[in-house]
Amino acid sequence: MAVYQGKGVYGAVAIGKVSVFQRQAAEVRRVRVEDPAGELARVEQAKAIAVEQLSAIHEKALKEVGEANAEIFEIHIMMLDDEDYNDSIRSIIETQGVNAEYAVAVTSDNFAEMFAAMDDAYMQARSADVKDISNRLIACLSGSGSEGDSGSEKMIVCADDLAPSETVSLDKERVLAFVTAAGSSNSHTAILARNMNIPAVIGVGQAFLDSIKDGDLLIVDGHTGEVYTDPDEETVRRMEQKQAEDARKKQLLQELKGKENVTLDGTKVKIFANIGGVGNIGAVLANDAGGIGLFRSEFLYLESEDYPTEEEQFSAYKKVLESMAGKQVVVRTLDIGADKQIGYFNLDKEDNPALGFRAIRICLTRPEIFRTQLRALYRASAFGDLGIMFPMITSVSEVEKCIAMCEQVKEELKSEGIRFNSDTEIGIMIETPAAAVISDRLAPMVDFFSVGTNDLTQYTLACDRQNAKLEPFVNTHHEAVLRLIEMAAKNAHANGAWIGICGELAADTSLTETFLRMGIDELSVSPPFVLPLRERVRSLNLRAE
Amino acid sequence: MKAFSYTIKDEVGIHARPAGNLVKLIKELGSSVTIEKEGKPPVSGTALMKLMGLGVKCGDTIKFTIEGGDEDASAAAIEEFMNANL
Repeated sequence: MAVYQGKGVYGAVAIGKVSVFQRQAAEVRRVRVEDPAGELARVEQAKAIAVEQLSAIHEKALKEVGEANAEIFEIHIMMLDDEDYNDSIRSIIETQGVNAEYAVAVTSDNFAEMFAAMDDAYMQARSADVKDISNRLIACLSGSGSEGDSGSEKMIVCADDLAPSETVSLDKERVLAFVTAAGSSNSHTAILARNMNIPAVIGVGQAFLDSIKDGDLLIVDGHTGEVYTDPDEETVRRMEQKQAEDARKKQLLQELKGKENVTLDGTKVKIFANIGGVGNIGAVLANDAGGIGLFRSEFLYLESEDYPTEEEQFSAYKKVLESMAGKQVVVRTLDIGADKQIGYFNLDKEDNPALGFRAIRICLTRPEIFRTQLRALYRASAFGDLGIMFPMITSVSEVEKCIAMCEQVKEELKSEGIRFNSDTEIGIMIETPAAAVISDRLAPMVDFFSVGTNDLTQYTLACDRQNAKLEPFVNTHHEAVLRLIEMAAKNAHANGAWIGICGELAADTSLTETFLRMGIDELSVSPPFVLPLRERVRSLNLRAE
Repeated sequence: MKAFSYTIKDEVGIHARPAGNLVKLIKELGSSVTIEKEGKPPVSGTALMKLMGLGVKCGDTIKFTIEGGDEDASAAAIEEFMNANL
C-alpha cells in the first residue's frame, strides 16, 4: 500500500477501481490524400459533431455548475467557428494535399503558439482552449467522438489534469471520484468538482499516476486529500467505516429538518440563509432556514443594462417576501464598488477599491439611486417581514443620513397613499473596525446589527482578501476580530437591538459555541450549511464548563 | 466608409467573452468591420481569435472602420456595445 497526499476539494470517501483518463487524438499522422474536397467535407461534418458535443456540454454545465462556469464552452463553440482557424485548416488541406487530422493539428499548434507568445497570463491560458477544441475536432474526425469507454461499473477517474470541458463531460453516473496529478484548489476543475458533488483530490503528483493502471483498487479520501493505492484490508475497513459515517451524517441532516435550533441547555439561536438572487429561494426552503439573513440586492443591478426601476425592484423584493411567507427577509442595500463594477454606474478605477468609493458611500453620494431602492423596499414591506440593512457603515452621521432617507421615503409613500409597514426593522452591517468600536453609539439608532466577518477580518488585520500571498497572515479566528464581535454583541443587547453574523465565519462550526456564548442571536449562512449548523447547535451545552 | 476610435475602460480589456460577444454582434450587422490597434495590422471584426490575439488592454485605443450596409446604424450599435461592456 502507498499513500499519496494531494488536496481534497470535496469531502467524501470513494473506494473503487482506477480508470486512467485517456485523451483521444494522441497521435496525428501526416497522410497524403487524393481527394482534398472529400477531406474538407469531413472537416465540416466533424465540426458539426464537435459543436453538437460542445452545446451538450454547455447545457450540462449550465445545470451542474452555473452560468459563469459554463460560459467557457460557449466561447469554445465560437472559436471552432472562427474564420481564420477554418481558413487555415482549409488552406493546409488544399495546398499540401494532406489529411484533415493533420491540418487541424498544425492549425492548432499555430494558434496555440500565438496565444502562448502573448505577454498576458490570461491570454496565454487561452492556448489550452485552442488545443482543447482542436483535440475534440480531431477526435470527431477519427470517429471516436463519444467520450468515455464502455462498461457500466463506477470508476475512479485518474488523470494528469482535466480540462474544464473534460471535467463536465465525465458521466456523473459512472464517476466515483477523480484524482489529478496537477491542479490547484482554485483551478477550474476543482471549482467544477465542488459544484458537481464528486469526491476529488487534486495535485497528488506525477509519481502517483506512474504507479497505477486501469482496474487497480484505489481509495480516495476527499476529507484529508489522501489517496491510497493497493490498500490493505485494514485501510479498506477503516475507509468503509468513514463512508458509513458520511452516509449517517447525511441521513442525520435530513432528520434535522423541522427541528428547533436549540442547545442542550435551552439556548435558542436563529439560523437564516444568505442568498444572492430570487433563484436561491428554493435552496433556502429545502434546507429549512428560518429566514433570510442576508439578501444581496446587487444582483438586480448586475443583471440589468441600466439602473433597475422602482417597479422592477419592488416586484423582486415582493416575490422574495411572499415566497418566504412571513419569515424575516433582511435585504442589504446596494453593495458595489470598484471591485464589483457595474458599467452604467461609471465608477472611476481605483488603486485601492476595498478602501474606496463603495456601498453606502455611493448611496449617500447619489441619493437618487438610494431613494429608488428604499421606495421599492418600503413598498414591498407590506408583503412580509422585511428588514433593511446598510453596508459599510463607519460613523453615526452615516446612519443618521440613512434613517433620514428612510423617513423621507415613508413620508412620500404615506402622502401618495401607498401601503407599507412602518415598523420595518432597520439594521447595519458591522464590517468595519470603526463600526464595532463605536457600536455603543450605533446600537441605539437601529433594530439590529449583522456582522460581515469577511470584510471585518480584512480591515482589522489589514489583509487584502484578493491577495493570495497573504493567506498565511490571515487567521480567521484572530482574537482581535472575535473581540470586536463580542463588543458589538454587548452593545447591541445593552440597547435592545439584536445581532447576527452573516459572514463566512457564521458557518464555521468550531466557532458556534464561542458565538452563542457571546449571545449572538442569529447566524446566517449559505443554504447547504443550515442543517450542519443546526446539528452543531443541538449538540452544545453552554452550561457545561 | 465610417470610422471611430474607442478607448477601453474595462479593467481586464477585451477578454474571451467580450470578444465573443463583439464578434457575434458584428456578424449580425450588414457591414464589413475592421478593428485596428496601433502598431498591429488591422483584423476583421468577425475574426474572434485574431481579435483576442490583439491583446487589447485597459487604456488601449482601438479604431473601428465600417464599410457597406447601414454604416451609421452599424457604427452606433458597435459604439453602444463598447460603452456598455468595455
